Amino acid sequence: MIVTQESSPVTLMPLKRRRARPLFDPPIVRRAVRDSFAKLNPAHMLKNPVMFVVEVGAALTTGLAVRDAFGGAADLVFTLQITLWLWFTVLFANLAEAMAEGRGKAQADTLRKTKTETVARRCKSGNRVEEVAASQLRQGDVVICEAGNLIPGDGDVIEGIASVDESAITGESAPVIRESGGDRSAVTGGTKVLSDCIRVRITSNPGETFLDRMIALVEGAQRQKTPNEIALNIVIAGLTLVFLLAVVTLLPFAQYSVASAGAGRAPSVTVLVSLLVCLIPTTIGGLLSAIGIAGMDRVMQHNVLAMSGKAVEAAGDVNTLLLDKTGTITMGNRQAVEFIPVDGIEEAELADAAQLSSLADETPEGRSIVVLAKEKYRLRGREVAEHEAHFIAFSAQTRMSGVDLDHRSVRKGATESVAEFVRGNGGIIPRELVEISDRISNSGGTPLAVADGPRVLGVIHLKDVVKGGMRERFDHLRAMGIRTVMITGDNPLTAAAIAAEAGVDDFLAQATPRDKMDLIKKEQAGGRLVAMTGDGTNDAPALAQADVGLAMNTGTMAAKEAGNMVDLDSNPTKLIEVVAIGKQLLMTRGALTTFSIANDVAKYFAILPAMFMVTYPVLGKLNIMGLHSPESAILASVIFNALIIIALVPLALRGVSYRPMNAAALLGRNLLVYGVGGIIAPFPGIWLIDRLLGLLHLA
Amino acid sequence: MTANGWLQIAVFFLVILALTKPLGIFMEKLFEGRGTRLDPLLRPIERGIYRFCGIREDREQRWTEYAISLLVFSAVTLLVTYLIQRLQGWLPLNPQGLGTAHAAQGAAAMTPDLAFNTAVSFTTNTNWQSYVPETTMSYLTQMLALATHNFFSAAAGIAVAIALVRGFARHSAEAIGNFWVDLVRATVYVLLPLSVAGALLLVSQGVIQNFHGYTAATTLEGGAQTIAQGPVASQEAVKMLGTNGGGFFNANSAHPFENPTPLSNLLETLFIFLIPAGLTYTFGRMVKDTRQGWALFAAMSVLFFAGVLVTYASEQAGNPMLAGLGVQSQASASQPGGNMEGKEARFGIPASALFAVVTTDASCGAVNSMHDSFTPLGGLVPLINIELGEVIFGGVGAGLYGMLMFAILAVFIAGLMVGRTPEYLGKKIEQKEVKMVMLAVLTLAASILLFSGAGAIIQFAKNSWVNPPGPAVANLNNGGPHGLSEILYAYSSGTGNNGSAFAGLNANTPWFNTTIAVAMWVGRFLMIIPLLAVAGSLARKKVVPASAGTLPTHGSLFVGLLVAVVVIVGALTFFPALALGPLVEHLLMQQHKLFSMVMFGWWS
Repeated sequence: MIVTQESSPVTLMPLKRRRARPLFDPPIVRRAVRDSFAKLNPAHMLKNPVMFVVEVGAALTTGLAVRDAFGGAADLVFTLQITLWLWFTVLFANLAEAMAEGRGKAQADTLRKTKTETVARRCKSGNRVEEVAASQLRQGDVVICEAGNLIPGDGDVIEGIASVDESAITGESAPVIRESGGDRSAVTGGTKVLSDCIRVRITSNPGETFLDRMIALVEGAQRQKTPNEIALNIVIAGLTLVFLLAVVTLLPFAQYSVASAGAGRAPSVTVLVSLLVCLIPTTIGGLLSAIGIAGMDRVMQHNVLAMSGKAVEAAGDVNTLLLDKTGTITMGNRQAVEFIPVDGIEEAELADAAQLSSLADETPEGRSIVVLAKEKYRLRGREVAEHEAHFIAFSAQTRMSGVDLDHRSVRKGATESVAEFVRGNGGIIPRELVEISDRISNSGGTPLAVADGPRVLGVIHLKDVVKGGMRERFDHLRAMGIRTVMITGDNPLTAAAIAAEAGVDDFLAQATPRDKMDLIKKEQAGGRLVAMTGDGTNDAPALAQADVGLAMNTGTMAAKEAGNMVDLDSNPTKLIEVVAIGKQLLMTRGALTTFSIANDVAKYFAILPAMFMVTYPVLGKLNIMGLHSPESAILASVIFNALIIIALVPLALRGVSYRPMNAAALLGRNLLVYGVGGIIAPFPGIWLIDRLLGLLHLA
Repeated sequence: MTANGWLQIAVFFLVILALTKPLGIFMEKLFEGRGTRLDPLLRPIERGIYRFCGIREDREQRWTEYAISLLVFSAVTLLVTYLIQRLQGWLPLNPQGLGTAHAAQGAAAMTPDLAFNTAVSFTTNTNWQSYVPETTMSYLTQMLALATHNFFSAAAGIAVAIALVRGFARHSAEAIGNFWVDLVRATVYVLLPLSVAGALLLVSQGVIQNFHGYTAATTLEGGAQTIAQGPVASQEAVKMLGTNGGGFFNANSAHPFENPTPLSNLLETLFIFLIPAGLTYTFGRMVKDTRQGWALFAAMSVLFFAGVLVTYASEQAGNPMLAGLGVQSQASASQPGGNMEGKEARFGIPASALFAVVTTDASCGAVNSMHDSFTPLGGLVPLINIELGEVIFGGVGAGLYGMLMFAILAVFIAGLMVGRTPEYLGKKIEQKEVKMVMLAVLTLAASILLFSGAGAIIQFAKNSWVNPPGPAVANLNNGGPHGLSEILYAYSSGTGNNGSAFAGLNANTPWFNTTIAVAMWVGRFLMIIPLLAVAGSLARKKVVPASAGTLPTHGSLFVGLLVAVVVIVGALTFFPALALGPLVEHLLMQQHKLFSMVMFGWWS
């Protein structure tokens, strides 16, 4: 089970992460500590050039320490301590990566448990059925699943209807309906049939099932570096080389200086290695892969399965968000918002009649009428059985529903149908009826006329209700520079009204899948990145074309294959969260890179005077921290450099805090925190470690 | 520091500010092929050149063709320059008979390594001079081999900058312009007219222009003096305008025939920044947002003023040891005070400090005072200016493409912090771009640090022909930290294509001539080629429309960021070396300790 949570289709999550596990779950930490030693393997370290340099440095000083231990040297204790902390630096970086992976691995283990060997009942030619192991099923096989069976593999329902428990995949315990035909036909291997019986055509071979892919993804087995990550790696590897040059050439400069000043000696290899490790961007180098893995993991915590890190990263870059109106922007069904009586009728009478006609109406519209009547006129639901009420259900022919009781016959329905009904009862149609109806239609609503026998009472205004808080979220998106486009099958008038109410930037009315595709291509041609959600087979081409395609888990296999993310909760609003996570991922990388480079300033002030204390005592003026000895200054810098990696692991795993605001404000804030902060922070840090080293007589 | 001094600096800056826009517009029209006011006069010449050289004006090149054209052009002109120098004894316009048997006493030999060094130097717009011009180069060599390079190397720099800007301005395009067309236009429309006007202005101040040989004169004291002359003014204007810096005389712009009056000095200082400043506006126009150009201009100005402030303050403060000896170091109506060693009395401290900062902000390298004689901090600024990549207005073209390189780096590092793939001017900065930018940064650092590091410790064998036997540092005039500054400065100046010398280093030996030549070649072309690759890659990309989520690159925040990245990348790379050079020298001077002519007991 991935995440246990309350989930309803209309949950409006503010930007928050729901976690199944705390950040530092003891079993995960234990495993991570073990893994961080295994990752010392140079073959693995080579993938991370910065930390590889640290490891080589650590190996070098280890060699020197061993030599000194036998040869005897005055600064053996110093060399040993430096060596120890250099190894810690590497281990801390490995630990960060292992911690990030650990959460995924724990989830993968849980998923694997659901992958028990099931027995499939495969249909053979004729009506014979044979029992085979699920692992022997191949694409195209047809199996029968009855209540209580685990579905043996991914497939499409080709016959029957059943309720299915998909909690193994989604964590959502409420059963879902799966039926043949349409957009609800996909079933996933490992889920359980609760009732009825279905025939399923298997669509994937063993090892390629959704569950297999999911395990591989959460485990990070196929993790590839994302484009931004590669570019950043180039920059920090380049900087590492620059610093390597600066440190290597410091030796001849030092030799020259020592010779000309006639005092002191050139810095030892241990000291040069220490300076190098302090200067190269170990903070970002050590945390870079952890940030990427943790970003994927955060997406997973939202119950979204991203097929690649690239997709998550692309989400941060999205310029245009295509959102389906129904279910995403609006509640998905129309609700009564107003009773408009015709002349001569009291609003209360209309409300009363409307409520009467809807008491037995279980449609969302009907229920909303009862609710509105109750809220506005305190009309309580009446026990209608005693009135010998006879309810008339809605039918496509009559396009009306209502009730007959106490010689009254109340009807509500489409304006023309109700008018017909009134005329049939000898009534007259007031001209207002049409006017009111048109007015409602024009505003994007649906009019529902109400009549009592020959009398027209008025009109109920039904409206697509925009979910609460959507306008705010669109405002936030706009502040982040993201344009939202509402996609709807409604006519342009209705669409415009809802678009205005929801506060989206644009809308596409009477949209066909083809229109959607064209819109995506048009946006992309203008250099924009497009994100969209979809669930139907119709959506598949558009999902594949979009830069970020979030498919709903309830959707068809075709849609799920076409998109690059699947939302297991099938909540289209999630797209907004995914965008935020993508942005946070990039911001965390930028922030730690800036911090890492800014840190170097202080380290120069600590180490350079220490190196040349004897040759040029006057350089002691650069020792603005007042570090008490050259050894302790160098050691304190190395220790600070190692500890900062551990200190920033939570930040790397959680991501930097993020509030939607425009880029200029974000940059200003982050530059202040991570740039200026990065310059200042090491000064007190190194000073404190220096004092502690002094107190403990370590240097 | 005096009010008069600051006034001189302010006047200089305000004139540059005023000329940036008009010149920027002119160059934008020129390179975008939209016609300029000079067309009636110069278009026929331009056309004639195309016809003569078989250049097809309308045929644009991909970045690889552009780079190859530039390399071929540079290699061929390099070879021609080398040959002219070596053969000058047989060629005309050589009244002093240099390179012949009847050369005057004291004339220097044109050795292969010196000719190579000089050819590379002028081809790469460095104008590092290992020679004494008046006793080494004939007038023909000066005019045909060296002055032509003053035009061509500058024009090539402008061309590369324009090509890089086209990378930003274009979208979904393969081509970045035609190198030959850009080269011809930069020469014919920009450098030639400005040089003609500049030369006339300088002549009005007394800069000489003749073909006389040496004139023997008797001084007032009765001593004999040999006065060198020549076609100076024609070379002087383009020396400054093209940020070349190679002096007609060894004393460069300190020589009264090159730079006779305070006004000629102001003009020469202005010439250095004129085109680089104008190019920032050209850039803004080409990317259709002049605020982008002004942002670069602002970042450059901040760094410029910081440099001027430090150098001027340090020079005016002078050496505390002299003050300790009772020497008046305060400026007064009757005397300048401060550190006047190595400065011309007609320029004084502010104009010398300004010139030193400007010539190293840009990759000019002309000098009107001895940088070697500056106070440690006063000399630190020119050195840092060069090591930062000469992006403070910078060399013609080179300053703009260098600053754009830092802008790409700044946008990449900090741009991630806004939560998007970094973009600059609507172009995504991705793998290819950062790879090329890091390659350039790395090459520059490697060339400066490795050569200087080697120079600090290398020893030559007894029978060595590449350098006098013994340590390379024996070629230095000074020991101690100042000696380190001298050697660091030489390779920084070479790699940065500056060409100014801290002096104090005898660099005319095969070892130094060759290594500095390599540094100059590497510093020029291993920066240009990666940046042309960036241009090619950027031109191919689509433009991402700006939105509220886009990192704004025109506000004060970005200017501050850009300045910080330039300073931090430079400072972090060179801080250890600088700490052991000028910094420690400054601290020691404060303690009244100086290093002079220290011999190297350790080496012998």
